[in-house]
Amino acid sequence: MSNEATLHSQEAIHGAAHAHDHGHDDHHEHHEGGFISKYVFSLDHKTIAKQFLITGIIWAIIGALFSVLFRLQLGFPDATFPWLESILGHWAKGGRITPEAYYALVTMHGTILVFFVLTAGLSGTFSNLLIPLQVGARDMASPLMNCMSYWAFFLASIVMMSSLFVQTGPASGGWTAYPPLSALGDASIGSKIGMDLWLISMALFVVSQLLGGLNYISTILNMRTKGMTMTKMPLTIWSFFFTAVLGVLSFPVLLSGFILLLFDRHGGTSFYLSDLFVAGKALSNEGGSAILYQHLFWFLGHPEVYIIILPAMGMVSEILAVNSRKPIFGYLAMVGSMFAIVILAFLVWAHHMFVTGLNPFLGAFFVLLTLLIAVPSAIKVFNWLTTIWRGNLRFTPGMLFSIGFVSTFISGGLTGIWLGNSSIDIHLHDTYFVIAHFHIVMGVSAFFGTFAGVYHWFPKMFGRYLNNTLAYIHFWTTLIGAYLIFWPMHYEGIAGMPRRYYDYASWESFKQFSDLNQFISIVVIIVFAAQLMFVFNFFYSIFKGRKVTTTNPWSSTTLEWTTPINPGHGNWPGEIPEVYRWPYDYSKNGKDFVPQTVPLSPDEEKEGH
Amino acid sequence: MDAMSLQRKKIHPHKYSLWIAMGSITMMFIGFTSAYVVKRAQANWFTFDLPVIFWISTLVILASSVTIQMAVKQFRNRNMQRYKQLITLTAVLGVAFAVCQWIGFKQMNESGLRLNGPASVSFIYVIVGVHLLHVMGGVAALLIMFGRAFRTRVRTYSAVPIEVAATYWHFVDGLWIYLLIFLSIAR
Ligand code: HEM
Ligand SMILES: [Cu+2]
Repeated sequence: MSNEATLHSQEAIHGAAHAHDHGHDDHHEHHEGGFISKYVFSLDHKTIAKQFLITGIIWAIIGALFSVLFRLQLGFPDATFPWLESILGHWAKGGRITPEAYYALVTMHGTILVFFVLTAGLSGTFSNLLIPLQVGARDMASPLMNCMSYWAFFLASIVMMSSLFVQTGPASGGWTAYPPLSALGDASIGSKIGMDLWLISMALFVVSQLLGGLNYISTILNMRTKGMTMTKMPLTIWSFFFTAVLGVLSFPVLLSGFILLLFDRHGGTSFYLSDLFVAGKALSNEGGSAILYQHLFWFLGHPEVYIIILPAMGMVSEILAVNSRKPIFGYLAMVGSMFAIVILAFLVWAHHMFVTGLNPFLGAFFVLLTLLIAVPSAIKVFNWLTTIWRGNLRFTPGMLFSIGFVSTFISGGLTGIWLGNSSIDIHLHDTYFVIAHFHIVMGVSAFFGTFAGVYHWFPKMFGRYLNNTLAYIHFWTTLIGAYLIFWPMHYEGIAGMPRRYYDYASWESFKQFSDLNQFISIVVIIVFAAQLMFVFNFFYSIFKGRKVTTTNPWSSTTLEWTTPINPGHGNWPGEIPEVYRWPYDYSKNGKDFVPQTVPLSPDEEKEGH
Repeated sequence: MDAMSLQRKKIHPHKYSLWIAMGSITMMFIGFTSAYVVKRAQANWFTFDLPVIFWISTLVILASSVTIQMAVKQFRNRNMQRYKQLITLTAVLGVAFAVCQWIGFKQMNESGLRLNGPASVSFIYVIVGVHLLHVMGGVAALLIMFGRAFRTRVRTYSAVPIEVAATYWHFVDGLWIYLLIFLSIAR
């Protein structure tokens, strides 16, 4: 963006290229210098990636702030904080968060972090950034649809934000939006307009995901540069591919569930409602089943957790190999295990429903399939560990977060095996054990993957580095903090402390956890501060960070580091490089690394890679 | 320019995207129909006959599949006059399909089968209605193409848009037949 002349020539190539190979309705003219077309309605995948990232960061701050607020209630159930009333108004009457506000905060926290941050923010950023750069394409298959994908997400964001400001407050029935709380406007204060806005926002969100996913898949299948066969793709690309496949096949099912829910709310139908009394008055709804909603929800809901973790897995694989200066161990096993996870992800949804009166025979079937997921997961962990084993490790911030990812993924995966056994799950369901399980594996792991990605590819995105000292403080505070927060929750859960209780201290048996909960809440505040420090580092470094002076700062083999330091729209000023080898030729034949663009030597050709 | 010809293309990216989109839409209807199956297995399932006009609409949409296929052929032969006629005919048949569905809804409503009635009835409204939305999306695409066939001075003779539209059209046609068979068997 600095050099007008190079920019012009890239645009020329790109524009001509498009006319040449599409001839369809995506004619996107770039008006040089037009701020709107360059930064707002940009069609450049790299700019769209930044839009997703920055929107995601804003959401992450809000979502995390909400958890700080409700942790105040959980940590100090008897205390009052007058300053809370001055910022939250009637949601914190007398300085204590009201039950309604508590449930709204929990719901928004879950929705925001699961969907808006770890799905849109994570996939949206890195799929957009890396797919064209790493497969060697000038842009996505359809840049226009890609742009629309971001703007659908943006609209979804606006609608969700606006729900925070309506009189009755945002939705408050949990991130899963189970009926009847979500289906009956009169069920609770958060079931009113806030719930409608939630549904509209989520429908827009699904549209955004589908548009994005379509593009990711067709770009990967169709736009690879010469020589980039499927088995020469970096694992990141494989992971984005599988993520997109999961998304385009499971989000529509969620949408069907939401459509039925909207009809229950406004069309007088009874898909999910039956035999209900509101304030002593019987409702006319008959024959509906709330369990039906759970089936439709978890058919997405379970794949969704892998939609979140797979991109992180891909990026971590990449960063571990680069910073161990070693080839990834078991490339094909890595791809195969991701594929197995995709298939199994569609077959295990009912493990969220062991206590819904599921037929025990069916339950056993879902237990078996659930436990099977542990196999590909274990293969991946084994391969990561083998990759770094006796490597020449460089502890860059990206590397540290990747190692943190592996650690928390092991921890969360193991508790998954507990929960996968229906007989244990019946005891642990809806307790803090489940909270601990999924926060470690999804909250912490997926965030570590994201941070690893941001630290590693920041130089590519902004042409500058993040500050390392701040990064190390960020890493250690977050790692230690995360374990201090979530590890104790396992014990609370085993002791039966239920999730979604506003005032657990009114139960004699849970009072014993007062001190522990207080401790957790304090750590939460510290960890939150560390994240703010990261946010500061991020925005500061965009403008003031140390400049990148070499195109390949991590000595990496993949294609994104063959572009100029600040690539223009079209990515490569000249021809797109051709690919000859897989992306993990590190420490090979006496060389530290061999980029994918280096042709095979005669003796290499004999052995394969 | 040469730089771009390095990008190998097996299938046009828009066709790829369409196939993936059709997969997504299919999943949504699998969601609906499996919800239907789950509900049907429960007690007090109310049975009734589908309006006859739904069967007539089937003939209409089948005919439109034929006309759009002919339109593709005429386009490839650069027979633009015939192409315009066939595209128009297809759009008209698409609208006729919508009208039929609408009449079906009215008949159901008049015979007391209301949206807020038993779940089996509600499902028909929702499933048929959402399918209809997808057909109308196709009609909108046809209208755009129709307008383009008339307006554009410099013709880009790419058959891709019409091929994409035709594939989608066959898809909503097939989807309707699946739904009709499903709804009349799993009553
Ligand atoms: C080894 C693999 C895993 C197994 C066997 C497993 C198993 C389970 C089971 C059985 C439950 C239901 C517990 C209950 O509600 O009573 C559960 C909940 C959950 N798991 Fe996992 N899990 C695994 C990995 C993961 C991963 C990788 C993620 C996310 C990236 C994840 C995210 C979640 C979430 C979000 C919930 C709770 C949803 C809620 O009720 O709000 N799990 N897991
Ligand atoms: Cu699950």
